[in-house]
Amino acid sequence: MPVPATHVLVFSLLLFSIGMLGVLTRRNAIIILMSIELMMNAANINFIAFSRQLNNLVGQVFSVFTIAVAAGEVAVGLAVVLALFRNRDTIYVDQVHIMKG
Amino acid sequence: MEWYQSHILTIVTFLPLLGALGLLFVNKDNTRVFIQGATAIAFVDFLLSLPLFFWYDAGRGGFQFTERLSWIPAIGVDYYVGIDGISLLLMLLTTFLGVIAILSSWAAIKDRVKEYYIIMLALQTGMLGVFIALDFFLFYVFWEVMLVPMYFLIGIWGGPRKLYAAIKFFLYTLLGSVLMLLGILALYFYYPRVTGGAATFDITEFIRVLGPLRNPEWLEMQKWVFLAFFVGFAIKVPMFPFHTWLPDAHVEAPTAGSVILAGVLLKMGTYGFVRFSLPMLPEATKYYLPWMLALAVIGIVYGALVAMVQKDWKKLVAYSSVSHLGFCMLGIFALNEAGIRGGVLQMINHGLSTGALFLLVGLIYERRHTRMIAEFGGLSKQMPVYATLFMIITMSSIGLPTLNGFIGEFTILVGAFTIPSGYGFTIPGVNWFIGGKFWAVAAVLGIVLGAAYMLWLYQRTMFGKLDNPENAKLQDLNGREILTLVPIVAVCFWIGLYPKPLFDILQRPVAELVQRLEAGDSGMAGDATPSAAPAGMASGGPAPQ
Amino acid sequence: MIELLWLIPVLPLLGFAINGLFGPRFLSRRAIGGVACAAVVLSFLLSAGAVLGLGHLDAVAAAGRAGLSVDPEAHRATLTLWPWLLLGKSAAGVDLRIDWSYTLDPLSAIMLLVVTGVGSLIHIYATGYMAHEPKPAFARFFAYLNLFMAMMLTLVLGANLPVVFVGWEGVGLCSYLLIGFYYDRMFDEKTKMSCADAGRKAFITNRIGDVGFMLGMLLLLSATGTLDIQGILAKVGTLPVGLCTAAALLLFVGACGKSAQIPLHVWLPDAMAGPTPVSALIHAATMVTAGVYVVCRMAPLYRHAPAALLTVAIVGGVTALFAASIGLCQNDIKKVLAYSTVSQLGFMMLGAGVGAFGAGVFHLMTHAFFKALLFLGAGSVVHALSGEQDIRKMGGLGRHIPWTHATFAVAWLAIGGIFPLAGFFSKDEILWGAWQRSPILWAMGAAGAFLTAFYMTRLYILVFWGKERFDDETRHHLHESPRVMVVPLAILAVLSFAGGWVGIPAVISPGVPNFLERFLAPVFEAHAAGVAIETAQHAPGLELGLMLVSMLIALFGMFFAWVFYDRRPELPVQLAGSARGLYRAILNKFYIDEFYGKVVLAPYYALCRASAWFDRYVVDGVVNAAGYVTLGTSYTSVGFDAYVVDGLVNLVGYTVRGVSWVFRKLQTGIVQSYATAMVLGVFVLVSVYLLTSSH
Repeated sequence: MPVPATHVLVFSLLLFSIGMLGVLTRRNAIIILMSIELMMNAANINFIAFSRQLNNLVGQVFSVFTIAVAAGEVAVGLAVVLALFRNRDTIYVDQVHIMKG
Repeated sequence: MEWYQSHILTIVTFLPLLGALGLLFVNKDNTRVFIQGATAIAFVDFLLSLPLFFWYDAGRGGFQFTERLSWIPAIGVDYYVGIDGISLLLMLLTTFLGVIAILSSWAAIKDRVKEYYIIMLALQTGMLGVFIALDFFLFYVFWEVMLVPMYFLIGIWGGPRKLYAAIKFFLYTLLGSVLMLLGILALYFYYPRVTGGAATFDITEFIRVLGPLRNPEWLEMQKWVFLAFFVGFAIKVPMFPFHTWLPDAHVEAPTAGSVILAGVLLKMGTYGFVRFSLPMLPEATKYYLPWMLALAVIGIVYGALVAMVQKDWKKLVAYSSVSHLGFCMLGIFALNEAGIRGGVLQMINHGLSTGALFLLVGLIYERRHTRMIAEFGGLSKQMPVYATLFMIITMSSIGLPTLNGFIGEFTILVGAFTIPSGYGFTIPGVNWFIGGKFWAVAAVLGIVLGAAYMLWLYQRTMFGKLDNPENAKLQDLNGREILTLVPIVAVCFWIGLYPKPLFDILQRPVAELVQRLEAGDSGMAGDATPSAAPAGMASGGPAPQ
Repeated sequence: MIELLWLIPVLPLLGFAINGLFGPRFLSRRAIGGVACAAVVLSFLLSAGAVLGLGHLDAVAAAGRAGLSVDPEAHRATLTLWPWLLLGKSAAGVDLRIDWSYTLDPLSAIMLLVVTGVGSLIHIYATGYMAHEPKPAFARFFAYLNLFMAMMLTLVLGANLPVVFVGWEGVGLCSYLLIGFYYDRMFDEKTKMSCADAGRKAFITNRIGDVGFMLGMLLLLSATGTLDIQGILAKVGTLPVGLCTAAALLLFVGACGKSAQIPLHVWLPDAMAGPTPVSALIHAATMVTAGVYVVCRMAPLYRHAPAALLTVAIVGGVTALFAASIGLCQNDIKKVLAYSTVSQLGFMMLGAGVGAFGAGVFHLMTHAFFKALLFLGAGSVVHALSGEQDIRKMGGLGRHIPWTHATFAVAWLAIGGIFPLAGFFSKDEILWGAWQRSPILWAMGAAGAFLTAFYMTRLYILVFWGKERFDDETRHHLHESPRVMVVPLAILAVLSFAGGWVGIPAVISPGVPNFLERFLAPVFEAHAAGVAIETAQHAPGLELGLMLVSMLIALFGMFFAWVFYDRRPELPVQLAGSARGLYRAILNKFYIDEFYGKVVLAPYYALCRASAWFDRYVVDGVVNAAGYVTLGTSYTSVGFDAYVVDGLVNLVGYTVRGVSWVFRKLQTGIVQSYATAMVLGVFVLVSVYLLTSSH
């Protein structure tokens, strides 16, 4: 019996909400990165759910793209964090508010 | 060689600038490179300009060695250069004095050596450009470009009041140039209305078309254009009462600056009158003639009087320039062959003798760091070579025959003596004698006054007892210093004894000029109607060889 | 020899170049003197050759050499060397050109021989006289002297007025340099005049005369289209008399300056600041006669302008008389001679002015002999007395320096006009010419001659006769001059004695022709045709009578001087006491220098100062005022700029800053708070969308 799309969407919603909450509330840059990954995966799940629902493979193709991009993004993100740590001795984002007006 | 002959003006003019660009890339601590390099460039430039003297075809009229390239076609500006006898002599004077001026700076300039020599070379290009330009726009560009290096020369390497002098010089001359620019624009915009063709800045075209034109509108306009040109050139000459920038600029300028200033820059004013005012605006010239003559003669006498009581050696020489340039103006505005020949010749003579006088003052200033005449006396015992050269130059300056000054002055006076009585003082009864001769008579007085102040200067500095202990330590001239003066002295004697080559070179251009002035309503007046114009438009001046 | 005419001035010029360039450092005294003398002597020999060549010009004419044109009829050869001034076409269409050319005719021949002959003697004399100078000064002296010779010869040989003018100015320069030769010494302690001042005075006074010369040239050029002397003279007849008069007078102004005629005579007495050979050569024998020479050169022009000729005569006569009277009271031996020179030049001018140009030239020649001799003799006296020039401190020198004494005596008699010495003939010819013109002029000349005889005798007696008034120190050094100085004196004495015999008037020696008159005839009679000039209704009795009278006058003058200064020395003092005013006036040279100081120089200096003041405060004042006005305006605009224009701009800035303060608070720099805001925003937007899109 096929799982209805609604379930999958609810799941992805939850996943996205958790990710968003993480991004908004956590101070550790690595955890923020991980939360971003969660949000991205929520989006992937949505792609696949609709792909199946609409019988169109494009959604799956896009999710593969997204995974590839996400991998790159993590690499860049981690490099940024590493540079941040080197320069500031911290990875807590509220301590690097140099953009403060 | 043929290639060189057809590009000689451009090469001679821009070689110093090229050299200056080259020197830009040398480290500023290598002072020897700048000194020797600049000297070499100036000397090569002088050598390169010498063939002009031999290649110039004195028998052929018009402009020679012409070159023409389109520059800004949209407004009719060309890179158009060429010379006639008058500009040839001034060009040679410029390259000659250029070498001397640079040679005289070797010991005098100690700081900012790099900038100094680069500026000197750039100045050289500007000055040469003024004399070769046959396009009014190009002329104006050179005219202005030359101001800037001179400004820096006075403002950076000058004496204690250098800023005052430099700014006065710059603003004064700039004021003149602006008015001159208005005059140029007036010609530029009027020309197409006459020919109906395209606008141009071509000087030869202006002379050919506007010179003989005699319609009432143009005659009225001529007067205004003449006044505009007059202010521009008179400031440069300088004519009384526009002369006061000159003593200040001279006194504050470094020696080489004074030499160039007196030797070449002042000539641009007189050159302007000869090249532009006379042939383009003949009727206005005649209209204002009594005024011009009066100012010239006032300049002669007044400059001599003021020079007499100067306490500063250099200032005295500066005022003597006012007097000498008065002679040039008198000759030029005599409007006859002898007068104009003499006027141009006197420009050369003044460049040589006053240039040398400034060199001499500079040599003393380098040694004693003062120019106050009262500080000196009895130097001829201490510096016999200096005293001898100074004596020769003094004699050249006061117009002693066998030296150059006499040739110029006498020729000018012959010209001035035949000024028609309509342009002179009319005293009833003795009109036949005074009349136009008044100016020559007054100018001859200037010769006496000239002798008075120059000999007084010589006596106070060279004769008498050597009673200032500072002066007893003075060294006589060294080889390089003699080398800067001896060529000038040699040329002074050459012109004084055998001026024929110079007269020959001046013969055609001056004769043509006088013809234009005498032409009256005949000649090109037909071109005034638009229908006749296009034929004349096609050819722009005489073709190059 | 005529082809070598150009070499005559060039030789001394070479001497000048050699001595001037190498003399001070590389040459010995002997070499310097040798070069200088050799140049002039060679030049004399060449001149003599050229003058002899004048006799057979036909051969030269036949040979036909480029640049050399001869006129055998007029005994004139003209050598054109190179084109010099090319003045272009005149208004009348004439091509004005002036060549550098020399001409030799009888007139310039006489000048040539006098100049080089007397010049050679003086050069030789000077090698002895200047021997005590330091070597650089020695070399400089001879260089100047040679340059002078070159210039004087150019003056004499010039074929056109500008070339004459070259020499004219050149000799002026040399005169300036040589008067100021001792440029670090005072000349006159009383008036604080240095030697350099004297030189400058000479140069400037001459320049004032040159104005006339220059204007005269210009006038002639514009009238005739040429400055070639023969060219002008050929056209004189066609010119209006008024113009001729003007030109002649202008040239005469120049001649007055050079020949020290009133009112331009003031420089010559001060010119004595130069070394004595210079006074002899330049300020007695040669240069100062240039004015007379030019007047004689232009004789046809003057003949055509009677008013100008009369002016020349009057000025000459007045100068002769006036300068002689000043000579009466001078105490400086050289100054007496200087005023005597002025006076004698007046005689020459008088001669020229009455139309007796030949007599003027004749006197010029004899004067050159005896005046050079007088000066050289005076130099010898001064030399003997170790530099003393005041005749009150001399006396009785005849015993000590016999050669000088004897030669001086010859010159004294010659200048006094005693038959048969040189001065007698030339002076008498002038007086005879003056008589023919007007007895008044004759009277002036005769009075001048009387005074001349008087003061020369006074000088002679005070120097050579009577008590010795010098101190023992001077006596100790007293010596006759060396032979190199005495020989020229002797030669000049012979010339002073016999030099007049070339012009013995027909009335004395009917059989012997007057050589000089015949020699000069081609010059002075060539253009005389058609001009009314009375060549004298011959009256031999009258001429002889006048000769006798003038001779008696001279003897009277000498007699009075003898009485005054030898027999009754108290008389002059008494006379001076009784005519105090006149005496003082004469002693102070009629206050002419003071007059010029007050009337010419003081106003001139005042004018100079006034001009300088005007320049500084008015002309430059206007410029600076323009500058200050600009500066003031710019200060005003700077204020306006700073507070009004800039104020507005700043106001905008302040406003923006105030507003931005609020927004700055929002900018925390923490990305998460921005993201929160964004999420909240999205939430609000989505809520609004959902709520509103339900219908």
